[in-house]
Amino acid sequence: MKEPALQRIFYGALALLGLCALGVGLAKAGWSGVAFALFAFMTLGGAVMCIWERSVVRSAFALMATFTGVAGLFVLLEADFLAMAQILIYVGGILALLLFAVMLTPPDLNERKLSRLAAGALFVGAGALYLGLKITDTAHWFVRGAPLDGNVAASGSAERIGVGFLAAGPYQTSAGTELGYVVAFELAAIVLTVALVAAVYIARRKPSDLQPEEKAG
Amino acid sequence: MGLGAYVAVSGALFALGLIAILVRRNVIYILMGIEMILNAANINFVAFNRFGSMKLDGQMFAIFTIILAAAEAAVALAIVLNVFYLFDSIKPSEADLLRE
Repeated sequence: MKEPALQRIFYGALALLGLCALGVGLAKAGWSGVAFALFAFMTLGGAVMCIWERSVVRSAFALMATFTGVAGLFVLLEADFLAMAQILIYVGGILALLLFAVMLTPPDLNERKLSRLAAGALFVGAGALYLGLKITDTAHWFVRGAPLDGNVAASGSAERIGVGFLAAGPYQTSAGTELGYVVAFELAAIVLTVALVAAVYIARRKPSDLQPEEKAG
Repeated sequence: MGLGAYVAVSGALFALGLIAILVRRNVIYILMGIEMILNAANINFVAFNRFGSMKLDGQMFAIFTIILAAAEAAVALAIVLNVFYLFDSIKPSEADLLRE
């Protein structure tokens, strides 16, 4: 089949699937269901597009939909700080790094093989389906409180996270006892410093690799 | 929406990340697949934090996953650039030497 026709079929099916997801969400849980379906579809649709696209640049931009959709799911889960961090770090930082990697390396437009794509999707899809059914059969999770009704809590979690990061031990608040995470916070800072210094060191071109005219200049 | 819906989305995202790693022959796609898998884990952490009786532990774990993903992306970019300098290719099957 020709590439444009394949492309049209793929995006038509994807759009149809998205509309179905929104409809199912509306029927199951009203407008909060629509919000969930929208973000879930952004997440999964972006991931499917990323795998499908031939060009790495288009895949990277499809990944933006995935990261933004995950941020939306975080908002629905009342994790507002994480949603902001997700957009700042993933969309603003990691995606930019990926685009750097894409643009500093040569493109290879004939690398995608539909047969391998189909085989991988079949293999992993069958495994995921089997595991999913197995888990829904056997797992009984203890669930606190009511399901989300779409009204995100007004207090949010940013302040609690900020105080928790700087507390050395358990402390009392009006909501109950909270744990301190200062050791983990410092550890994360050290890990980031070491990793970034190491990245700069590895990425640096050695003087012996430079071309003679670069050396002269 | 209950816990099951979020776990289902997370599982699907994990599977898609695994497919990206398995079927594409390009280091960049492997990095993208890893990011998808880390995001799937994050959805799980936050969902279980919201629906379980844990206080902030799930969200703290998710923050560390994001921090480690950022560090991983920086180091991975450096490694990809070095592999490209050494092998003139970023196909994982062709990078098979540890020395120049």
